[in-house]
Amino acid sequence: MTTPRPPRQPAAGTAPAPHRRRWRPWETLLVWLFRHAQAALGALGRFVRSPLAALMSIAVVAIAAALPALLYVLLDNSSRLLASWEGAGSLSLFLRPEVTDGAARKLADRIAARGDVARVQVIGRSEGLAEFRRLSGFGAALDALGDNPFPAVLVVQARTGDGGAASSATTLLEALRQLPEADVAQADQDWIQRFQAFAALGERITGVLAALLAAGVLFVIGNTLRLEIRDRHAEIEITALVGGTPAFIRRPFLYLGLWLGLLGGLLGWLVTVIALAALDGPVSRVAQLYQSGFELHGGGFSLFAAMIGAGTLLGLAGAWLAVGRRLGIALPR
Amino acid sequence: MSSPADRSRMIRFEDVTKRYDRSTDALSGVSFRLDRGEMAFLTGHSGAGKSTLLRLIGLVERATRGRVEVGGLDLGRLPRRQIPHYRRQVGMIFQDFRLLQDRTVFDNVALPLVVAATPAADIGKRARAALDKVGLLRKERSLPQELSAGEQQRVGIARAIVTRPPVVVADEPTGNLDPELSWEIMDLFGQLNRVGVTLLIATHDVDLVRRMHYRTLTLLHGHLVDDTGPPVP
Repeated sequence: MTTPRPPRQPAAGTAPAPHRRRWRPWETLLVWLFRHAQAALGALGRFVRSPLAALMSIAVVAIAAALPALLYVLLDNSSRLLASWEGAGSLSLFLRPEVTDGAARKLADRIAARGDVARVQVIGRSEGLAEFRRLSGFGAALDALGDNPFPAVLVVQARTGDGGAASSATTLLEALRQLPEADVAQADQDWIQRFQAFAALGERITGVLAALLAAGVLFVIGNTLRLEIRDRHAEIEITALVGGTPAFIRRPFLYLGLWLGLLGGLLGWLVTVIALAALDGPVSRVAQLYQSGFELHGGGFSLFAAMIGAGTLLGLAGAWLAVGRRLGIALPR
Repeated sequence: MSSPADRSRMIRFEDVTKRYDRSTDALSGVSFRLDRGEMAFLTGHSGAGKSTLLRLIGLVERATRGRVEVGGLDLGRLPRRQIPHYRRQVGMIFQDFRLLQDRTVFDNVALPLVVAATPAADIGKRARAALDKVGLLRKERSLPQELSAGEQQRVGIARAIVTRPPVVVADEPTGNLDPELSWEIMDLFGQLNRVGVTLLIATHDVDLVRRMHYRTLTLLHGHLVDDTGPPVP
């Protein structure tokens, strides 16, 4: 039973006045910055206290970042190689059998005057025959033919336009086919188109792989943070009970995620650079065999910025997801 | 406009029920009021609802039914974003001290000031003043595990009063202490009360309550069954 309260109490004074200060914006900003710096350094300090666990998490993020980055860089280099290769714009125009070598040279001059042609090489009928005789070993059989069966051939090199060698060559090929002297005009572009299709497929696969690995990074960071939150459950609860806001409680965990992502991105970039350096030598040797000055392009600052930025964002997002779900202990519904 | 009676009221429970599941009421129809600067004990056996009542005051939980008011605030209607600011006005003390074991005594006491974004210079002054009040200024650099149980509880008290809250609630603050240390802690509460702090102390130590001359609220199975003044000496 609840009884009425009797009048008693030794010292029923009033509560002390709350501590009041004049509000100074710069002081508030300084305190805010100091708290953020403290949380950021505190999160780094946790790495120092358990370096192996931190290194493993960072390594997972690094590998997840390096794999698609490396694939992307290699695909980008392949596209650059294809775009720069002169063979991509080379066309063979087989002239009608009745066209003489002299007429072929006049035609070559007319074609060379076009804006979309870089140069034209004439292989006269007799030259064709001589080359075939030399390479095939069918000299005796050719002698038996009596007449030269080879047509004059013009090897036309298309000038690379804005759309790249392949698109220039396609337009030029159509024009050459319309010439009255032309018998067959062909560009050996099938393999180039196949390669471009594979490159497009590779880009798509890289994108899907990057998305999957990004999701993996989110889960890895989320799980790391989940364990961290479990270890620091008491601290979270106490901080909430003494008046810590959700933002204050969340802050060290967000910085932890941020560092994981940032350092993972940085390590991933280093792994990418080292892998490209390892490939650079063999690639150069292959290029030299084809009389090409091609060199691997590492992606430069944009790749560095993209990997650091993506790592940091993924780290923050993973931490936010992990912490947000577990802040229910801080505030009642 | 509030009446003088309203203004003097610090804690008010009005027909408060707290239900954790469909069958059990941890608190049932509890009504009482505690004036500013008043100190009272909350007694009852284990599971009577003492901790639940204190958790409602600390806004760790909300009441299922009824009205809980602290310092004129209706806690049932307090928006979630204001809860941290409200908690800074209520000092909470626990039986198991709830100290951060990897932080120094100073850091533990300073925590409520840190979360309130108090300037660093003020934090130092106020945390040391609170430690001085509980007689532990010498131990500010110690870790909690280097202290005795009584000292750890005094650190808990320093942390509860460092923001100068008008209300302090304590949940079995002497539950882990021997009688001599329990008296030390009660003496500290008496000192706080004499400077105007409203205190509500949950304990099942009937002997301790009898020897202190303060109001006593008794809970039984979630019902407030007794509300008596200090025994006549």
